[in-house]
Amino acid sequence: MAMRKFLNDPEQLVKEALVGVELAHSDLLRFDRENQLLISKSAPRQGKVALISGGGSGHEPLHGGFVGVGMLDAACAGEVFTSPVPDQMLAATKAVDGGAGVVHIVKNYTGDVLNFKMAADEAADEGIKVEAVVMDDDVAVQDSLYTAGRRGVGATVLAEKIAGAAAARGDDLAAVAGIVRHVNERARSFGIALSSCTPPASGKPIFDLPEGEMEVGIGIHGEPGRRRAPLGTASEIAELMVEAVISDLKPASGANLLVFLNGMGGTPQIELYLMFAEVEARLSKAGYKTTRSLVGSYITSLEMAGASLTVLELSDATTALWDAPVNTPALRWGV
Amino acid sequence: MMDAATITTWMNEIAGAVRAERDYLIQLDAAIGDGDHGINMTRGFDAVVRALAQEEDGTPGKLLTLAGKTLVSSVGGASGPLWGSALRRGGRALGDAPTFDDGKLVEALQAALAAVVDLGAAVLGDKTMVDAMDPAVATLRREVDAGTVLPVALRRAAEAAEVGMRATIPLQARKGRASYLGERSIGHQDPGATSTALIVRALERTVAGSQ
Repeated sequence: MAMRKFLNDPEQLVKEALVGVELAHSDLLRFDRENQLLISKSAPRQGKVALISGGGSGHEPLHGGFVGVGMLDAACAGEVFTSPVPDQMLAATKAVDGGAGVVHIVKNYTGDVLNFKMAADEAADEGIKVEAVVMDDDVAVQDSLYTAGRRGVGATVLAEKIAGAAAARGDDLAAVAGIVRHVNERARSFGIALSSCTPPASGKPIFDLPEGEMEVGIGIHGEPGRRRAPLGTASEIAELMVEAVISDLKPASGANLLVFLNGMGGTPQIELYLMFAEVEARLSKAGYKTTRSLVGSYITSLEMAGASLTVLELSDATTALWDAPVNTPALRWGV
Repeated sequence: MMDAATITTWMNEIAGAVRAERDYLIQLDAAIGDGDHGINMTRGFDAVVRALAQEEDGTPGKLLTLAGKTLVSSVGGASGPLWGSALRRGGRALGDAPTFDDGKLVEALQAALAAVVDLGAAVLGDKTMVDAMDPAVATLRREVDAGTVLPVALRRAAEAAEVGMRATIPLQARKGRASYLGERSIGHQDPGATSTALIVRALERTVAGSQ
């Protein structure tokens, strides 16, 4: 099937979309066209630790949709599914530094890690304090000393919100970076795909998924999962995701949880709520309390159908930071 | 002896080769990655060709360094920093001289390989570009040391790169995005090793064409 997308020139897609983000949210952010950045209108704020993130495009609203007040100060947009370049991260770091340093939230993909590292080295040469934290919450990938390790997925959204609130209340650089690390350590994710997706530049779906099958253990780049399995019912899939996440996270008995049921881009909200109910029932039966939740498509893989589950074990401190006001294109409450 | 024109021609040859093989690289990458390798390499080396066209008077070292910087600033992903750092380090190894000989070329390529290994931390057998680059550089070193004329030495280096490239097929990836597939990465040729073999072939053509 031919590609059916709203496009002019695939090579201009990212820039043209960012123009739209700026026009739609001009109260919150601006688009730096030269460096392909979205920068909060409230940045830089003197004395506030700044937070930036970035990555390939195609995961919207991540990351640009989280730029504003109480979350990210800037987001660097790469080409679709391709990490941005160090020049962009360096420009973002300089644009938002209010003298208190900048936290780089980096998803664990070789490209993102290498480009952010080069940028952090250059920022340090220019006298800007940078703390980079690498997110790697995806339990589908077995970690080992000899591999690229686990992918950064859903916990990134939660870390950006929670650490953004810490920066907004005045925490220092080490503290804000520490909170990002804490969220990464206490969160795990697992994803399922019901379809592939088509990157506009290649125009072809990344993989073919026969009817009646699903990809289990996917990331956010339309790549196949760890294995292919017969498509189960929502109840069976929920069981699979909860088991994968909880057996790895091992929350304390009776723990308070933030449950993030994320859509991959092509799954309607009605199915996500159904999945959330299935997930919540299992967690509740296991004795956990879902005290906070987020249901919707926040870290996506273009038009891929599917969902990922992220569970964060909450403390009183992270709960308060989650509840703190946030005003961004994609997350907004308390304002 | 080789000079600035060698570098410019090599970069032009690479740009042509990755453009010609763009869809093949995309196809290889779609199987075990996210399908953009051909796009990113084409964007990067097209940018290199444009950047070098502005630099008429550079020394070979300066041009190779500029090519590396341009890749870092235009590619993104893992290939940008890896090939970018490789060419920058190679450029620095060439120094300020207006010409360079076979031994200096080997030195530059060894420095480039070291940059890739330092940054990417991949070793032979991880199913990455190192699986093509390492045997190519080792073969070139051995052939040049043995007094083989450069076009022949480079032909053998390119063959070694292609052997290494094909040898990635049965491997399970331990680095890069293909590693997320675990055992499902077995049976596919690594796209990074494939573009690396193209880059070595491009160097062989460059040198053969100038002799």
